[in-house]
Amino acid sequence: MTIPASWYLVVSALLFGIGALGVLVRRNALVIFMCIELMLNAANLALVTYSRVLGDVGGQATVFFVLVVAAAEVTVGLGIVVYIFRARRSTIVDDVAEMEG
Amino acid sequence: MLAATRTIPDVLVFVASAAVILGGAVGVVVARNPVHSAINLIATLLGVALAFIEQSANFLAAVQVIVYAGAIVILFLFVIMFLGVDRKEQVSIEPLAGQRPMAVVAVGVVTGGLIALMAAGGWYSGAHAVVAPTDPSNDVGVLGRSIFTTYLFAFEATSLLLIIAVVGAVMLARRTPDADDAVDAPADVDGRAEDRVEDAAPGGAG
Repeated sequence: MTIPASWYLVVSALLFGIGALGVLVRRNALVIFMCIELMLNAANLALVTYSRVLGDVGGQATVFFVLVVAAAEVTVGLGIVVYIFRARRSTIVDDVAEMEG
Repeated sequence: MLAATRTIPDVLVFVASAAVILGGAVGVVVARNPVHSAINLIATLLGVALAFIEQSANFLAAVQVIVYAGAIVILFLFVIMFLGVDRKEQVSIEPLAGQRPMAVVAVGVVTGGLIALMAAGGWYSGAHAVVAPTDPSNDVGVLGRSIFTTYLFAFEATSLLLIIAVVGAVMLARRTPDADDAVDAPADVDGRAEDRVEDAAPGGAG
């Protein structure tokens, strides 16, 4: 409990960076979703850290809502992945390039 | 700051949680098999839960384990197995030339800039205890009172959001007779996979 906030914030920033890197370099839609979860968790960690050092429960309440949004996002996102898989037989995002852009 | 009150167990717990968080995150990105990515994601989520406990957010740590590791990752694994895509991804092909080096550089700049910006700003600033003061011995009570008073409208909105998400997922995953004709499915000839995926909708997360 006496760990300085800066340590956690650095871990949070690194976690966010790794998640963003995953979204940029991976091509499997499922893994891209997992990397989005990594970024959401980085934000949650930062929110809880700020909640502790500022003594304000608002940060923890925000984490609660982020969890709900993450659950909804995964539900709909994986539904879309299943739908695309039925049409294209693939979860690789590069295979879904119908507009040839 | 706070160097005098920092104890060895605190530092050990922090180092353990940071190692599990970052090690798991790297594993998610570099694992070629989606199943291994999901397992590494569980490690990261448990590490974040440990960091929550270390910072007296006990309820959120429990929710983190139950909702994230228990429901969301299981949903990921369910979809991976359901679609049968637990194969190794072909990583030797790089469709966009130079994408990976550019991504590494961009992420390095953004992360470094983020840390530098926070350090330059003294890491945190602002008013203390605006919504309600935290109480490390009663975090569930304080959080619950805050959610059901200050954030009541947002809380009600999340119930609507979850219902919309579940209905949307069911609609997306449902297989209607019309959709079979409308969807351009090159591998439809054997019809093997179609019969198997009839009723299972991945809408169980909410």
